[in-house]
Amino acid sequence: MHYTFTIEQGNFTDAGQASSSVKRTLKQLGVDPANIKRTVVALFEAEINAVAHAYGGTIDVDIDDGKIVMVVADQGPGIPNIDLAMQEGWSTASAKVREMGYGAGMGLPNIKKNTDDLKIDTKIGVGTTLTMTVNLV
Amino acid sequence: MKVKEIVSLVAGELVGAAIDPEYEITKAFASDLMSDVLRFSMDDTILITGLCNNQTLRTAEMADLRVVLIGRDKQPDEDMIELAEESDITLIKSKYSLFKLSGILYDAGLKPLY
Ligand SMILES: Nc1ncnc2c1ncn2[C@@H]1O[C@H](COP(=O)(O)OP(=O)(O)OP(=O)(O)O)[C@@H](O)[C@H]1O
Ligand SMILES: [Mg+2]
Repeated sequence: MHYTFTIEQGNFTDAGQASSSVKRTLKQLGVDPANIKRTVVALFEAEINAVAHAYGGTIDVDIDDGKIVMVVADQGPGIPNIDLAMQEGWSTASAKVREMGYGAGMGLPNIKKNTDDLKIDTKIGVGTTLTMTVNLV
Repeated sequence: MKVKEIVSLVAGELVGAAIDPEYEITKAFASDLMSDVLRFSMDDTILITGLCNNQTLRTAEMADLRVVLIGRDKQPDEDMIELAEESDITLIKSKYSLFKLSGILYDAGLKPLY
């Protein structure tokens, strides 16, 4: 099954809607709660990053019996130093983003922890694409 | 501890309906940083927070939190109340600071996550 969503830059009223919708779908499909949680935590963190640090983008989710593959692609500034960005506590979040409850510098580490595979493609001035895989078996 | 007991301990108010009045809460976690909330397993846990916006509820939903206690006299707006209902999350508000809320609930027997 394939699902597509769009993400809007800076829209913290709706941010998380895609992850919420995926959570509902996974519940309906009868995926076990532990796998639902790690899937939606990873997707949510990536969705928020695209809203908070980039200029919006798209989410593509593919679900089959064995795995869930989520691709979050943004048009954004890109990540200059991935090693640094992956560190717990490292954040460049703006004052507005911090007001919304983000900027702990825990998003990317949370994604890493909750997925079985994480690929980050990023290009300065072009955008960032996260490909996240959760194995169900 | 049930929602009703918590409301009375913190001189709080239910915002909207209590989704499950029999739900038994045993632990609490206090934070204004949503990615910190998403690091932990939140079974039978109440979130104590001063962050009062849609993102509080989205985070709670992803973390499988069922009860959220908003402190510091913050006022959830209509949008939040609607989102809480949609996501089956019980919202409580209180005038107390997070320190005071945490102290009261700790004293009353709720456990920290770590
Ligand atoms: N999609 C993105 N585009 C550009 N920069 C990004 C993107 N995602 C992350 N970053 C950069 O990496 C940093 C770390 O990201 P991470 O998600 O770990 O933390 P955060 O978003 O700052 O805070 P938190 O996720 O804990 O609320 C960000 O502050 C930002 O500088
Ligand atoms: Mg983040």
